[in-house]
Amino acid sequence: MTGQATTPDTPILEVRDLTVHHGQLTAVSNVSLRVRVGEVYAMIGANGAGKSTLMRTIAGLHAPTSGQVLLDGADVTRVRPEKRATAGISMVPEGRRLFPSLTLEENLKVGASYARKGPWDIPAVVDLFPFMKERRRQKTGQMSGGEQQMVAIGRALVANPRVLLLDELSLGLAPVIVHRIYDVLPRILDSGVTVLLVEQDVSQARRVASHLHCLLEGRTTLEGPPSEFTSEQVEAAYFGMGGTH
Amino acid sequence: MVWVSDIIQGILAGGQFALFACGLSLLFGVMKVVNLAHGDLAVVGAYVGIGVIAVTHVPFLWSIPIVCVLMAALGYVLQRSLIQTALNRGELTTLIVTLGLSIVIENGLQQFFTANTRGYGVGSSIESSSFKIGSQLQIGWLPVAIFVVAVIVLLALQYFLSQSKYGRMIRAVADDREAALLSGVNARHVFGIAAALAFATVGLAGVAFAMSGTVAPSDGTDTILLFAFASVVIGGLGSLWGTLLGGVVLGVAQEIGAQINPSYEALAGYVIFLVVLVLRPQGLTARRSQA
Repeated sequence: MTGQATTPDTPILEVRDLTVHHGQLTAVSNVSLRVRVGEVYAMIGANGAGKSTLMRTIAGLHAPTSGQVLLDGADVTRVRPEKRATAGISMVPEGRRLFPSLTLEENLKVGASYARKGPWDIPAVVDLFPFMKERRRQKTGQMSGGEQQMVAIGRALVANPRVLLLDELSLGLAPVIVHRIYDVLPRILDSGVTVLLVEQDVSQARRVASHLHCLLEGRTTLEGPPSEFTSEQVEAAYFGMGGTH
Repeated sequence: MVWVSDIIQGILAGGQFALFACGLSLLFGVMKVVNLAHGDLAVVGAYVGIGVIAVTHVPFLWSIPIVCVLMAALGYVLQRSLIQTALNRGELTTLIVTLGLSIVIENGLQQFFTANTRGYGVGSSIESSSFKIGSQLQIGWLPVAIFVVAVIVLLALQYFLSQSKYGRMIRAVADDREAALLSGVNARHVFGIAAALAFATVGLAGVAFAMSGTVAPSDGTDTILLFAFASVVIGGLGSLWGTLLGGVVLGVAQEIGAQINPSYEALAGYVIFLVVLVLRPQGLTARRSQA
């Protein structure tokens, strides 16, 4: 990973002309994005729009057909997922994907196995999600969906990522729980972590994001700060009705 | 009194079976690899030990750590090359690959070392020394030593898996490989370490087996693999203490079978194996919910 010199203008995470196939199916088609430090960059789109595939490709779990992924200017397109994690890309995968036979604390410890230096450690995560204090020795398989989601966020945070990928945080959770989880986002951003998230819930995404990016059938249909778009424009980009922006 | 003696002999034999089985259980539990070459690898361990003694003339006890280290290295390399390649193509492929490995090892050993049986050369004084409890119970020191070693190995494995950083990572990779990768865990390296451990224990088991009798290339598939499988299945997959219990149940069944009629020894073991499969397919210790 020999990166160019970092200038203030270099995005912390950049995707250039990324195309990803699932067998014959083109899941992501020529998508580019630039995520700047301290941003909350939200990918929105309907089911099957290619959002999760894009996230998994950024994390290294899928190989793209063409295009590049750059972390702080360094090309990581061919870097294995575990090396990307230690380089500063952490993902909270869709469906949380905790280690069910491990306790809450063990889940966090695995996340911290190859942590970079930084503000996040297990006590800091317990401070962020106080419910963890009394539950350290509980197996995560027995926890509620919201609690599991918090453990998954904690497991990603203790690695001290530069970019945190959040894939469908709100999937299958009650709105009140989703709000509670999104409430910690400012504290994560304050610690210097940049966030790229995928969200099906457009109003939720508009509420927290500094940048919106809508995918439809693998293609970019809308991109920019949320204030630039009316609800109708976002809706059209989301469902593919009428003209795009 | 003869029954008490049988039960004690059976329990001690269970230590040897558990030693064979724990590596098999570990590989299956972590990687879902059913290693059909497991028995032959035990024979390889024994031959490596015999070879080390013949070449370097070290005392036989010294050969044990040497065998463990060499087998661990072999395990790591085989996992990173052959087994991982097979795993990438699906869990069933590993069955075929390890079956092929088993055939290659057995025939290779026959080719280069003949089909003759070999002893470990520990000397008859150690092989047959025993102590008496009361006037009728006579117990060999070697089976006792092997049983104690088996318990120590199982305790150490259990401690390693539950408490150490690498043990935690092994369990994490076994639970969810992708999620482990996302946490920065190098799953291939972690699998390699698990294989190294499994191979070290099977090497140790092979040496123990050769010490208490003789070893021949055909022992791997004819006896060792089957006993190891029976122990794992009786005890319950994925549970190390279940494996010890499974070994003990198998050992006691064989001794009692042999007491009734010497030709019933192997039969009794398989009858117990089938009975457990029918009545408690998840094994004696495992809970049904555990996959």
